[in-house]
Amino acid sequence: MPPESEKQGTEAPIPTGTGALDAGLGIESDGARVVEAEAGDGRQAGGPWRIAGRRLRRNKVALFSLAIFFLIVICCLLAPVWANHVADTGPNTTHTLEKLHVNGEVREVVEPSGKAIGPQWFEAGGKFFLGADGHLGRDEMVRLLYGGRSSLFIGIVAALITTLLAVTLGLLSGYYGGLTDTFISRIMDVIWSFPVVLLGIALGIALAVGGLKLGPIHLKSSSLWIPTLIIGVVYTPYMARPLRGEILALREKEFIEAAVAQGASDRRIMFIELLPNLLSTIIVFFTLNIANNMLLEATLSYLGAGVQPPSSSWGTMISEGFDALYSQPILTIIPGTAILLTVLSVNVFGDGLRDALDPKSKVRFEARAGTAAEMDNPV
Amino acid sequence: MLRFAVRRLLGAIAVLFAISVLVFLIFNVVPATNPAARIAGKNATPQLIKNVEKEWGFDKSLPEQYWTQMKLIFTGKATSYSLAHINIDKRILEGIPQTASLCIGAAIIWLAFGIFFGYISAIRAGGFIDRFVTVIALIGISMPVFWLASIFLYYLTYKIELFPASGYEPLSNPVEWAKHLILPWVCLAVLFAGFYSRVLRSSMLDVMNEDYVRTARAKGLSQRRVMLRHVLRNSLIPIVTLFGLDFGVLIGGGAIVTESLFQIEGVGYFVAEALNQQDFPSIMAVTIFGAFFIVLFNTIVDIAYAYLDPRIRLGTSAA
Amino acid sequence: MSATPETAPAPSGAGAGPLLAVENLRVGFATEDGRVQAVDGVNFELEPGEVLAIVGESGSGKSVTAQTIIGLTRSPNSHIEGSVRLSGDELTTKSERELQKVRGSKIAMIFQDPMTSLNPVYTVGKQIVEAIRAHDSSIGRSSAREQAVELLGAVGIPDAERRVNDYPHEFSGGMRQRAMIAMGLALEPSVLIADEPTTALDVTIQAQILHLIQDLNRSRGLATILITHDLGVVAEVADRVLVMYGGKVVEQGTLDDIFYDPQHPYTWGLLGSLTRLDQPRPHRLPQISGAPPSLLNLPKGCAFRPRCPHEFGKCKEVPGLDPRLPEDPNHRDRCWLEPEQKRKLREIEGRIGLEEPT
Repeated sequence: MPPESEKQGTEAPIPTGTGALDAGLGIESDGARVVEAEAGDGRQAGGPWRIAGRRLRRNKVALFSLAIFFLIVICCLLAPVWANHVADTGPNTTHTLEKLHVNGEVREVVEPSGKAIGPQWFEAGGKFFLGADGHLGRDEMVRLLYGGRSSLFIGIVAALITTLLAVTLGLLSGYYGGLTDTFISRIMDVIWSFPVVLLGIALGIALAVGGLKLGPIHLKSSSLWIPTLIIGVVYTPYMARPLRGEILALREKEFIEAAVAQGASDRRIMFIELLPNLLSTIIVFFTLNIANNMLLEATLSYLGAGVQPPSSSWGTMISEGFDALYSQPILTIIPGTAILLTVLSVNVFGDGLRDALDPKSKVRFEARAGTAAEMDNPV
Repeated sequence: MLRFAVRRLLGAIAVLFAISVLVFLIFNVVPATNPAARIAGKNATPQLIKNVEKEWGFDKSLPEQYWTQMKLIFTGKATSYSLAHINIDKRILEGIPQTASLCIGAAIIWLAFGIFFGYISAIRAGGFIDRFVTVIALIGISMPVFWLASIFLYYLTYKIELFPASGYEPLSNPVEWAKHLILPWVCLAVLFAGFYSRVLRSSMLDVMNEDYVRTARAKGLSQRRVMLRHVLRNSLIPIVTLFGLDFGVLIGGGAIVTESLFQIEGVGYFVAEALNQQDFPSIMAVTIFGAFFIVLFNTIVDIAYAYLDPRIRLGTSAA
Repeated sequence: MSATPETAPAPSGAGAGPLLAVENLRVGFATEDGRVQAVDGVNFELEPGEVLAIVGESGSGKSVTAQTIIGLTRSPNSHIEGSVRLSGDELTTKSERELQKVRGSKIAMIFQDPMTSLNPVYTVGKQIVEAIRAHDSSIGRSSAREQAVELLGAVGIPDAERRVNDYPHEFSGGMRQRAMIAMGLALEPSVLIADEPTTALDVTIQAQILHLIQDLNRSRGLATILITHDLGVVAEVADRVLVMYGGKVVEQGTLDDIFYDPQHPYTWGLLGSLTRLDQPRPHRLPQISGAPPSLLNLPKGCAFRPRCPHEFGKCKEVPGLDPRLPEDPNHRDRCWLEPEQKRKLREIEGRIGLEEPT
């Protein structure tokens, strides 16, 4: 009888699928609190991290994305192996006047017209696997792998920088409040009302000219650290602001008051009490940040304000490839697809991670799990 | 309300001032080379470099430098030496119609798709449609503009000549105008549409758990009405905030990649040109100009906010 | 279900049978951690003009019971069994669309937190008008608004003509709850379900709201279900009481039955933890030790067993909700103890209570 009523429900213009959430609410006002208390004391469901792990394991798409991401990282890490043992060339070695012997046929790497050789796959023993990159005749596959190293390095390291800065600023601002908070928040507001790309460009172009000299630190303009630092800095407010908000909310909680009442030092409260509670937010932000960073790197490099020659990245490859878009679109599409795949894998995994870690998503997940449960055993 | 407006205005001016200082510092303190030589361009004579040094105040103290440079930019007297001695402010103003055409069209597309997809994704949360839309949205978010633009340009303007490859037609010829802009619109909108649908979805899922939604259902309203009048209406607030920021950024020259790929000679295109020549004054001016639009749209958002959420109206008038 | 007339006759016209009958209602939710049986076999009947109180802690299933009556707990992951009949008209098998006609117009519901139960972006008047017009779109906006003003006046909001245009945040907590009640009454329903209507309010306001509910109940013959965890509230207004624990009704009876001759140790505990001014003050307000059970993992046998100081061998079997007092067949409970034992055991320092477990 009840399943029937549900079927009827779906005749409504908007099906009761939406009601799932309200049911979540229904339980929340009575049952879910009990469920959560249960989960909290670990008798049945394990700690919050175990629950998150379990949810993540159920999300096959997210796990698949993570696998893809690691595969891409490993491939890029193995760039020297491919370069030395398969392609026999480096990322910046030109082959303009060389000829390839393929199946008894002689092919020019770069035709006199300037058109470079297309993908050879394994016909030439892995040389010019994806062809050459234009009139310089560099091996596109080797460049792709090395460029990926730059892009991934910038994406991951800049995310670490952002996280470090944002957590520090967020903790200082949210915990101390008062003048510290006002000062930090105002600076964040200013950076916030700055277009990220324009700020990145401004810094990028300013530093691209002469490199960075900051006290004892000297960075050449071609150093990968310059775009890394820039990207790390420009995204900081986007992470620091929500963290600050969360800390402000946490400060009101009893366990922090209790710690203060016990005379715990500021450092102890920040690192032992607050930080663990922020961890899930930080992890989610960190992951999604990698994706954003890689996109910003590509944009900046494309515009000439990111990675500077002789270094290369997927962004600079697109920029170079775009000049020959109509004769050799593959030179734009290959690095573009590499970025798309990497960023997509990070985003999908990050999305799954958020679903798994964000306690609010519990209700949403129930709706999903509940549908399956109802179908499995129609009582 | 008047006091609220005055306070917002003062705040906006303060932020603009801070931004101008920050931009000034980035371009005048950070670079490790002689700024005058850079501004004068590649084949500058020593005399020109001297003139530039004087014009931009590099022979004076930092605060005076700041003042001199801001005066140049704000009074429309700044000249780009690297870009054929054009007047920077005039070039920016000339770019606005192109940029506005691009951004407004794209904004309509991304709002329509973002809200539509976010809505159907939220009301079917957990179901097949939701998962499908999620994947599409994530692809949109993950797609580099130049990748999509390259594919459009190669396949839709070169292989099949469905659309003109590039350029801009004034609005006086609406059909050509739209034909030239449709690909750039889509390219620019894809990212935002994906992102907005995700934001709206999660915002709606939060609102669905609000007590007043339960009240609305308990009153006997239809599901559609509950979703549209109560859930969607209240979930649009974060979307409005985002839209203000994003639109401000784009109007202020943020659509650099799209404009330069499609040869739409707007403000963003100008940035790309200036970047090519590493022309500091132009980039500096556009950055401040962009910040102006962001602050402007932020203020507009504040007002829209007060309209959307009456609680804020009270909060500000009481403060 | 047989076809039911769209315009159901007035409750009294339905002839025999109670106004609202809930029979063996069971509500389960599939959650990530397993199935939760939030409500497990609840039965009750309600007549016009009657106030039925459902009492219990969080997680006892009282709110889920109430929300299930008007179908608010329906979802793909919920599983509802049993029957809810309004004037003989079965509600559990109705389609969502048919239920919408019942909600608000025949059964109204008001909720715990008036702060969050009104939509902050619409004026109070607009929200009442919306309720009215949802059920009868032939009523014009202006006449619906007039009705809203009248209703607000009727629930005791001063200067209703002006306040109708206020936003919820411009109302105080008590006024919002009054507005909620006005909205609930807009279509002259025959049943009002009040889910913890006073919990979020100040004590002085609580009494006002309770009296308002009582007045309406008497003057309009409104059958009322009052969900609460506060026995003080129950004592003010209820005619009959259901005590719920772990999704089941553990005791039911008239107000006097529950207050003067409680049979279930859990009820004793609830009564014992009530501050009473008419009796000498105990040193410390007693409490029921332990925490409410997890619905995922209910104790075998009597659900109250782990917290009950009077547990004995038989408690491993689930006690039925049976009349255990020969003289009063309507007073039922789920405790294996003999009535004589109960009378002895519940006396703590001269009043009813649950002793500390040793």
